[in-house]
Amino acid sequence: MADAQTAQPDIPRRDFLYIATGAFGAVGTAAALWPFINQMNPAANVRALAKTEVDVSAIEEGMAIKTIWQSKPVFVKRLTAAEIAEAEKVDVATLRDKQTVAERMPVKRGWLVNLGVCTHLGCVPLGAGQGEPKGDYGGFFCPCHGSHYDPLGRIRRGPAPLNLEIPPYTFKSDTVIEIG
Amino acid sequence: MSFPWAEQYEPKSPFMKWLDSRLPLPRLVFNAVGPGYPVPRNLNFFYNFGVLAGFALLVQIITGIVLAMHYSAHIDTAFASIEHIMRDVNQGWLIRYLHMNGASFFFIVVYVHIFRGLYYGSYKAPREIVWMLGVVILLLMMATAFMGYVLPWGQMSFWGAQVITSLFSAIPLVGEPIRQWLVGGFAPDNATITRFFSLHYVLPFVILGVVILKVWALHIPGSTNPTGIDVKGPQDTLPFHPYFTAKDFFTLTLYLIAFVAVSFFIPNALGHPDNYIPANPLSTPEHIVPEWYLLPFYAILRAFTVDLLFVPAKLWGVIAMFASILLLLFLPWLDTSRVRSANYRPVYRIFFWLLVVDVLVLGYVGAMPAEEPYVRIGQLATMYYFAHFLIILPIVSAVEKPLPLPNSIAEAVLGKSAAQVAAAPSGGVVAQPAE
Ligand code: FES
Repeated sequence: MADAQTAQPDIPRRDFLYIATGAFGAVGTAAALWPFINQMNPAANVRALAKTEVDVSAIEEGMAIKTIWQSKPVFVKRLTAAEIAEAEKVDVATLRDKQTVAERMPVKRGWLVNLGVCTHLGCVPLGAGQGEPKGDYGGFFCPCHGSHYDPLGRIRRGPAPLNLEIPPYTFKSDTVIEIG
Repeated sequence: MSFPWAEQYEPKSPFMKWLDSRLPLPRLVFNAVGPGYPVPRNLNFFYNFGVLAGFALLVQIITGIVLAMHYSAHIDTAFASIEHIMRDVNQGWLIRYLHMNGASFFFIVVYVHIFRGLYYGSYKAPREIVWMLGVVILLLMMATAFMGYVLPWGQMSFWGAQVITSLFSAIPLVGEPIRQWLVGGFAPDNATITRFFSLHYVLPFVILGVVILKVWALHIPGSTNPTGIDVKGPQDTLPFHPYFTAKDFFTLTLYLIAFVAVSFFIPNALGHPDNYIPANPLSTPEHIVPEWYLLPFYAILRAFTVDLLFVPAKLWGVIAMFASILLLLFLPWLDTSRVRSANYRPVYRIFFWLLVVDVLVLGYVGAMPAEEPYVRIGQLATMYYFAHFLIILPIVSAVEKPLPLPNSIAEAVLGKSAAQVAAAPSGGVVAQPAE
């Protein structure tokens, strides 16, 4: 740099000043912009709603309840033996999102906990409540654009790309599940 | 701007002369929409929809500013504040119904305006930028209308917001963070309603700014006209004022009659009754539909049900929906025919009407549940929509033999005999692409 300046005293020195000023300005503008973009991300109080406890003592086989975690609906469902046996027969290789029965119920066999958020565009699928349509595969049915899920919440037909998402959860006791 | 024979602005009173040399605002108006702007004399009523759209925008801004004085952007109070406007605020019901139906009427006139442009080839050189700014306005309108629909925080508001913001989660890797950034949480919530209110308030003014750019760009070549041929001399034009202002006031009267009739007598006909149920994040309505003006695009979104080429169906739907609008930006280069007006393009004219039918079919399918036969019909209509722009249009432009064009606008208006007197040089210019 010093050599170039002595060889051509004026031009490179100005070029350097232009580029340095421009670069400094660009970085400064970007830094000033960031708070205005980041303010739209979830706020601290929203991020803090990380865990929910659910009492599941009243859930009988074949029943499900809806609860809320991080302001999203969650289905807690207890499968019947017949439903599990039926699901075991499905060839996993034929599924769009290949998950086995064990992977769908990682904590306790017979207990399915998944988000009630259709993986297509986020509607709440039907099938967890009493008397709601369960779709062609006897699990959940999303009325928005017609996604059919099986009793284990695996996508079987329709536009949704993935199985219903399983949140992190543990059994705190035999009757209480902690989600999050 | 405009043609050399345009009337010149002459300030008469001393005050106007004084003003003209300091802030030439009257001159600007004179040249933009006054006698200083010569317009092809043969414009038909379809050319009035641009002015109607501008009027509709002003109605939305005025009614919206007033509604914002009574509305409360909070998930606990938004729904109740709308009912407060409807029941308690003096004439609040009227203002809200005008705002609700004003949005629908805005889209009606804009869609007519767009199809008028498609029919008469208004997007072709030298008006490409006028057309592209129009596409930008359409996108801004859709965003504004969508966010406005969320504000009452009814069932359709909430689930519309959920579905539309989830579109972004289809983007690989960054999709979910983008979705959370847009709604400010894990699901639509208070952060969503406040930001949507802020943006819903400001975007119409952005639209107004783009409208000003668009009118500016339009004034350089001037309007197209139903023959599609260029203005050749003073005999082809009339001053905007008083001729076209009078004509615009006439259509404005008809528009206002239709607008207030719907707002008074069937104010909820174009909306969805579920939006009078407060939002419930735990229960999706049986059948989610967007507002009617977004239905064709919604049908395109839903048309993709299987994964293709390693891209999931969901992403295809989202890409196709955005592409269906962004495609219009390239229209001036997809249609290579030198003839603008479909009146002289017998083959294009047929495909134009097929496109109209196709969009209506898409709109119908978008309103129907996601079941057969609607899914299949929607897929075929989506295919046709893209085929029209990407395959049919370029081929038709290349092979079509256009009809002979009139020599001048004056000839088209006054008839051949009078025109032969006026336009002395050799007759029968056939519309052939120039070599
Ligand atoms: S959101 Fe469930 S199918 Fe589209």
